Amino acid sequence: MHFLDILESWPEPRIRNLYDSVSPADVRGALSRERRDVRDLVALLSPVAIPMLEDIARESQRLTRRQFGRTISLYAPIYLSNVCAASCVYCGFSANAAGQQERVTLSAAEIELECKTLSAMGYESVLLLTGDAPAVVPPEYIADACSIARRWFASVAVEVYAMDAKEYELLCAHGLDGMTLYMETYERGVYAQMHRHGRKRDYLYRLEAVERAAAAGARRISMGVLLGLYDWRIEMIWLALHARYLERKRWQTALSVSFPRLRHTPPGFQIPHPASDMDLAQMIVALRLFLPEAGFNLSTRESAQLRDRLLPLGITSMSAGSSTRPGGYGAPECNRLAQFEIEDQRSPAEVVAMIRRAGYDPVWKDFDDAFLE
Amino acid sequence: MNVPENDDPLVIAGRSFSSRLMIGTGKFPSAAALRKAIAASEAEIVTVALRRVDLNKPDGEGILSAIDRQKQLLLPNTSGARNADEAARLARLARASGLEPWVKLELTPEPRYLLPDPVETLRAAEMLIKDGFVVLPYIQADPVLAKRLEEAGAATVMPLGAPIGSNRGLRTRDMLRIIIEQANVPVVVDAGLGAPSHAGQAMEMGADAVLVNTALSDARDHAAMAKAFALATAAGRMAWRAGLGPERDCAEASSPLTGFLFEDR
Repeated sequence: MHFLDILESWPEPRIRNLYDSVSPADVRGALSRERRDVRDLVALLSPVAIPMLEDIARESQRLTRRQFGRTISLYAPIYLSNVCAASCVYCGFSANAAGQQERVTLSAAEIELECKTLSAMGYESVLLLTGDAPAVVPPEYIADACSIARRWFASVAVEVYAMDAKEYELLCAHGLDGMTLYMETYERGVYAQMHRHGRKRDYLYRLEAVERAAAAGARRISMGVLLGLYDWRIEMIWLALHARYLERKRWQTALSVSFPRLRHTPPGFQIPHPASDMDLAQMIVALRLFLPEAGFNLSTRESAQLRDRLLPLGITSMSAGSSTRPGGYGAPECNRLAQFEIEDQRSPAEVVAMIRRAGYDPVWKDFDDAFLE
Repeated sequence: MNVPENDDPLVIAGRSFSSRLMIGTGKFPSAAALRKAIAASEAEIVTVALRRVDLNKPDGEGILSAIDRQKQLLLPNTSGARNADEAARLARLARASGLEPWVKLELTPEPRYLLPDPVETLRAAEMLIKDGFVVLPYIQADPVLAKRLEEAGAATVMPLGAPIGSNRGLRTRDMLRIIIEQANVPVVVDAGLGAPSHAGQAMEMGADAVLVNTALSDARDHAAMAKAFALATAAGRMAWRAGLGPERDCAEASSPLTGFLFEDR
């Protein structure tokens, strides 16, 4: 069974029919069950559930604490390059994005400087990012970057273009343990419309990338949809199905889900389906009830105030003090193109203090070199 | 606690401990909360996931800062390891950084229920025992595996009551009973104990010790819950030593029904 078969067995009209039939009793039923199915998730995500959001949030908090305790893992992104051949209309890195700002790909020495700077702040877990430009930023470059980062940090993950199995194996052999890849949207028509150029056009290749990475040895997989491209109530069902499929298929892989919300987009792009703060909270707590063991990540795309409030609802991992431009830690004043403007500009120390005030223990290190050959 | 010291010590690999409650250190909201829980528990064995700490760097406000090495044995564990080789590497690095050569084997290849892999656990135990380690393996409540590990030289066996963090109690009771009956090494019931009564039940069955973590870190008052577990563990032990009566379906008359047959003869 391929995930595509499952996805195709849940076309949008089937999901909409379920949404149309949700009653308050369905929501109460979904709340009280121990393991939930897709119907339960639909009930929890539906507008009918909003009056019961507090109860869902409490259950979400209980499940999260049972699995993860009162801890929040910390990580930082390192942008290796802002060169991009894709033209995703919503993205600051898009090949078409106009502007005078510099496009760069960091040298080994520059990567080293980023690592050194973040390591001094206490980080033990990093996420290496690039645009979608395999010709300029090939897998071998990313593999070398993994090796460099591995010397500084306990855990190294990437968020880069979708790759072949062999390329993921190469990254794992260079010390990679985690892989993040957002499907952006599971809706094929919208996907085609948003991704017109580059290798990213290939929907199926991207859809199956997380599975290839897990099979190649990535221990942690982070998935998500870009919130704003399509109706999140439909996307969350497809994402949840994908996660459940991976839990069965790649039973040794730790899954986590991110909730990246489109906030600042390039000029001329209107967010077609904006998600509100309330929407974001509802999807986090509802998805937690469906995926009690998954990690939930929340980045600095969201404001400090909102992050503080979402933290106890089911979040298990946060970035802090992030820069979304290559070289942004070692040379913070550079005028290089950033992928998006960060909302929560607090320093790692300030975020750590907030996590402690909220009654959680910040976890810097949660992996060890000894796990790797 | 009023149990006189050394009256009934727990002996593991020749070393005596007066507490039969061991503590796991994950999931606490702060090192301070953990420190208080450990103190209240009077535990003498405290286990730490090696993946969470860097033994070669100052720990700041980390887990290690909560452990008083004068009073507690720091028992490193290999949680997160997916196979024997990873677990062995972790154990050897811990020893190389100055820890005593004790290791709690946790080979948990799937991240959701964190259930132990029996094949890799036995393999890791064989490797590390040969290498001079005192090995305490976390296992499924499998009586045959327990015997195999004992024969390989494991210092204890640590069967689970229920999945880690589930707080479900002794769901594996029937298999635990067989493990306890057959064991020649201490049996430590590990994982799933959600309430002091669960710890008491395990000890009443004849377990030699129990290990808890989530039940303490989940509690509103970590230290009070740690104390409650310590009392329940000691009470269960005391009850087991005192000899529990059998369970009965109905009341049993305390004066004999057939006594008259033997009277006035």
